[in-house]
Amino acid sequence: MAVTFDAASRPDMSAFLRRTDDGQTRLDLLVTGARCAGCIAKIEREMARLPGVISARLNLSTGRLALGLENVSVDPGRIIAALERLGYPATPYDPGAALAQRDQEGRRLILALAVAGFGAMNAMMFSVPIWAGLFDQELGPATRSMMMWMSAAVGAPCAIFAGMTFFRSAWRSLRAGRANMDVPISVGVILTLAISFSETILNGRDAYFDAAVSLLFLLLIGRWLDHVLRAKARSAAGDLLALQAPVACVVDGAGRERSIPLSDVQPGDVLRVRPGDRIPVDATLEDGEALLDNSLLTGESAPERVRPGQLCRAGAVNTSGLLTLRAHARSEDSTLAAIARLVDAGAQSRSRYVRLADRAAALYVPVVHAAALATFAGGWALGLDPREALIRAVAVLIVTCPCALGLAVPAVQVVASARLFRRGVLVKSGAALERLAEIDHVVFDKTGVLTEGRPVLVGASPTIIAMAGPLARASSHPMARAVARAAGEGPLATDVVEHAGLGIEGLINGRRARLGRAGFVGVPTLRSGETELWFGFEGDPQVRLQFSDVLRPDAAETVAALKARGITIEILSGDQVGAVKAVAGTAGVAAWRAGLMPEEKSEAIDRLAAEGRKVLMIGDGLNDAAALARAHAAIAPGTALAASQNAADLVLTGDALMAVVEAIDVARSARRRALENFGFAALYNLVAAPAAMLGLVNPFVAALAMSGSSLVVTLNALRVRSRR
Amino acid sequence: MNIIFLLAPFSVVLGLMAVGAFVWTLRASQYEDIRGAAERILIDDDDHPDAPETGEAPGR
Repeated sequence: MAVTFDAASRPDMSAFLRRTDDGQTRLDLLVTGARCAGCIAKIEREMARLPGVISARLNLSTGRLALGLENVSVDPGRIIAALERLGYPATPYDPGAALAQRDQEGRRLILALAVAGFGAMNAMMFSVPIWAGLFDQELGPATRSMMMWMSAAVGAPCAIFAGMTFFRSAWRSLRAGRANMDVPISVGVILTLAISFSETILNGRDAYFDAAVSLLFLLLIGRWLDHVLRAKARSAAGDLLALQAPVACVVDGAGRERSIPLSDVQPGDVLRVRPGDRIPVDATLEDGEALLDNSLLTGESAPERVRPGQLCRAGAVNTSGLLTLRAHARSEDSTLAAIARLVDAGAQSRSRYVRLADRAAALYVPVVHAAALATFAGGWALGLDPREALIRAVAVLIVTCPCALGLAVPAVQVVASARLFRRGVLVKSGAALERLAEIDHVVFDKTGVLTEGRPVLVGASPTIIAMAGPLARASSHPMARAVARAAGEGPLATDVVEHAGLGIEGLINGRRARLGRAGFVGVPTLRSGETELWFGFEGDPQVRLQFSDVLRPDAAETVAALKARGITIEILSGDQVGAVKAVAGTAGVAAWRAGLMPEEKSEAIDRLAAEGRKVLMIGDGLNDAAALARAHAAIAPGTALAASQNAADLVLTGDALMAVVEAIDVARSARRRALENFGFAALYNLVAAPAAMLGLVNPFVAALAMSGSSLVVTLNALRVRSRR
Repeated sequence: MNIIFLLAPFSVVLGLMAVGAFVWTLRASQYEDIRGAAERILIDDDDHPDAPETGEAPGR
């Protein structure tokens, strides 16, 4: 790889340099492989030593390296090459996407959380003397009244500020004619504040300022956990996509190569695509002959031969030499984008899924509000003072506070997705985990999911592999790379020349050798398959190297594990019958269909859904994207195309397929914990609500009950982490 | 008991200062890279005068 990717041959990437307002030039890179203090020190020190680099700062959590440069004439290509020499592959980060990452909502939430925390602690401080008064400690009426006023002065503004998140959401939901969980929260908080104020003014018995703020504090923790989960998954998913095809290499009039962001490619631009890279936009081939790997687009494992003037679709991988193409469409109008729109349509249908917490809220809201109303009306009717009846009704609203409900699901999901993240599974949202827990049928795509999705050398003797190794290491062609992988580390051939679409030629120990298509190596053969390479020294007999797309090592194990969990399995593939049948046989899957078009796949998913099955779709290709979006839950491997990763709920960042089984296990365990939490919250309310109706609840009991129930729910959530 | 008129507001002011400090750390983006901050403490400081390779470090 060193031969094809050194600094000299790297295209110009100055499109990624950014001028900041204070006149500095900045470059953002996404660095993979940095793990520890040593990596930080090494990268930052070496970067600062490069000429033109003023500052370097690596964010270890996100893997982003921010560089300050002297001026715009510094070549990013050299910086990336230097990083690669250190052992950290890097990609320029799209400045537009980086700016979009600014996390406004997270900041607002954490500020509200801080204010609520302050309010809860300080309002409580003034409540403690009042509670002491409840237990017959000495407290004069004037001191008591002062404490209540102080509590109001601190608690009320904090509650109003911290509650804005809930008030706004409740208002939006009410205007849309629905009641979400934020409606009872807002009603409860506002009523509590109003009653507490009137009690304070009238020198009454109970003021609940501390309860209102600590209720908001606990709820905000749940909100914030939920937000962190989504934000983390979003940025990690963004990173995966940024690593894929952020740039296109354009040749300008003077014949100079420049890398530009994908979105800047215009129809008519001349593009250059290196071996092993993806075609960035739909384009026609200018000259030569191309061999394109369409496996992600159509699921077909054999490469397609394209002649000059023919169309190359965006997303296909160039498996031949250097290609020159003329852009046919902009990025948004390319095949990739068309499929992405199909995916959007599917994702909308999925957004109709009602989350567990919202289902609980739908039950909870009417019951609690009816109970509070009944307390007020019943108490008044039974001869209670209307003021006393109102206080009891508010007490019902406070003690049945949904903070346990608000924490019940997010706490479990954060713990579950952190556990999955460590195992190489990226969970994109909490709802994804809930849907994954319900599935009873798995649909696999074949290429790239059950199989490796890349050619692997089969049946070659070690001597031949060792002989061809030096030449294979010098090429980035997928088949040559397969040979290089089989050969392991070793010497490189010298004087290497790569002939586009034909093969590679070079000197091994002074002898001329060729690796490539049959005709190129000099084999007189009638037909040359697309899944073979020939190798030979000049004058020696040539040998054939056969390749095939092999099953992932843990595919059969994964299928068996899924069956053991009572899940039915099916393969839907766009590949030919023979290839699918072989894979299905080895993996142990009885139900399979081959030669499917993308629409047929998504129709198959719809049919299963109509039968009442909850389908998990696992696929990586563009031909799967629509099916991924329509399925009840979807998983895409990290090697999948952007569109498929967008359509999926979970992305596997590692290589192991067994992670799917683990994801299902964790999702099911998370669902059990969440339901247990709901059960606990219901039980608690069954005890607390009647107590409040009978007037047994005072502010002290309310504060204890509220934090106690939240604590129990959170501790139960932590059990997901330790469960094997 | 009059001391309470001093202590109670004082404690609220202390609390407000804590919130202010937290907001400041938030604005100073101290939570952007929690893992990195934990690891950075382990980096040996080569800018120390006794360290062998100091030649280029002050230049930046």
